[in-house]
Amino acid sequence: MTAIANRYEFVLLFDVTNGNPNGDPDAGNMPRLDPETNQGLVTDVCLKRKIRNYVELEQEDTPGYAIYMQEKSVLNDQHKKAYNALDIKPEPKKLPKDVAKARELTAWMCGNFFDVRTFGAVMTTEVNSGQVRGPVQMAFANSIDPVVPMEVSITRMAVTNEKDLEKERTMGRKHIVPYGLYRAHGYVSAKLAERTGFSDDDLGLLWRALINMFEHDRSAARGEMSARKLIVFKHDNALGNAPAHTLFDRVHVGRVEGEANTPARHYADYTVTIDRDNLPDGVAVEEML
Amino acid sequence: MSFGIRLHVWGERACFTRPELKTERFSYDVITPSAARGILEAIHWKPAIRWCIDRIHVLKPIRFESIRRNEVAGKTPKGHISKAMKNGRTDELRYYVDTNRQQRASTILRDVGYVIEAHFEFTSRADNSDSAGKHLDIFNRRARQGQCFHMPCLGTREFPAAFQLVESDDAMPEVDTALAGERQFGLMLHDIDFANGKTPRFFRASMVDGVIEVPPFAEALA
Repeated sequence: MTAIANRYEFVLLFDVTNGNPNGDPDAGNMPRLDPETNQGLVTDVCLKRKIRNYVELEQEDTPGYAIYMQEKSVLNDQHKKAYNALDIKPEPKKLPKDVAKARELTAWMCGNFFDVRTFGAVMTTEVNSGQVRGPVQMAFANSIDPVVPMEVSITRMAVTNEKDLEKERTMGRKHIVPYGLYRAHGYVSAKLAERTGFSDDDLGLLWRALINMFEHDRSAARGEMSARKLIVFKHDNALGNAPAHTLFDRVHVGRVEGEANTPARHYADYTVTIDRDNLPDGVAVEEML
Repeated sequence: MSFGIRLHVWGERACFTRPELKTERFSYDVITPSAARGILEAIHWKPAIRWCIDRIHVLKPIRFESIRRNEVAGKTPKGHISKAMKNGRTDELRYYVDTNRQQRASTILRDVGYVIEAHFEFTSRADNSDSAGKHLDIFNRRARQGQCFHMPCLGTREFPAAFQLVESDDAMPEVDTALAGERQFGLMLHDIDFANGKTPRFFRASMVDGVIEVPPFAEALA
């Protein structure tokens, strides 16, 4: 497969209603917050996990689209057995003895695994040859406005242990964000794509994953999450035609007029405008969603 | 320096990990020369040249923040990959993230801005076609247009670096008043000596009114 020939940047807007988009393990699984601004945060790795999960679902068993970094929930037992059977002799650390051989391993991994080809991976205990830097990079997503997480206490009409039987029920807690619109920035490097073979088909799949990933990530914790907008900047040149930050500045997310001081509770409380005037030469804007 | 460059870089977050505190990452107070070199290489690099960082201007107050994430616990043994290649199938080659998980905190920098002053030297791989003007022009042209080989980052790839060339007749971006005076950062990583078995080399970093003078790599402490 031929690699993509253009550099891209993208802005993804997604929202959450009464859910926890990304729990903070440091804060008892409360939604992540930027301590300085109280804006909600969603880490890059959280979004990448969802992309992987979506690709796994869409491309199930398609050769070349396996997902390397697996979550157990999407596995069947057969895989586990095979893995266990394989997991035998750990090799001691060695210096790279054959660079060509190591390259071959890396190339094979890129060819077979979508996530290795897209995000890269640290493979093998050899240092230089087994490390893949993928073309797609994402940054932390921030909510547009500060979010105020709520703690909701819930009860369960059952107990886990027999000795607690007289208690009849247990209490639990959920942390939710009533509403939050989040903005994520991403980058696709054509030059790194050349090295991993990330193709135009892969790029199409990446866009589909970004648009649909929340549709297949429903859970009690997440509430209602959806992708609202995906704005893509395409550069003519593989190295790019304009600085990324100037392109991101063209996407403006504001509150609907007159509502600035009330809490936002719906996507309709926001307006998204894209400044298409005087785009730098060789840069095209596409709204994928 | 006859062919020096100045690049203004900034971003919302950064993590220049201290080697002594790397399981739970803890950032240095400021960008390391090594990370600054990586940013320049993301814009232009060829085996014929080596970027040398001369000076780092710190523009914004130094502030930290902590973030904890689920991370994977190990790397992939190459034996597994060659076995899968031999069998020609991928279904047995997986990494289970939730059985090999570690939660790690990172103490990272918030809202950073730097100006990197640097020049390049030729390496032994340079030939007749490599003139200083050529590489300087390529770098300046790319930086001016926002072009890059891959998006440069502030320490780790989840913290992208916005960049802008500071032209030779441009004024320097302003340094925050909080940085006035002298400050010692202690021993800081200069760079890794890749020619000598990846030995890290350090220097005593001190900042005067926001400016850190970076000694030549050869003078750094091994």
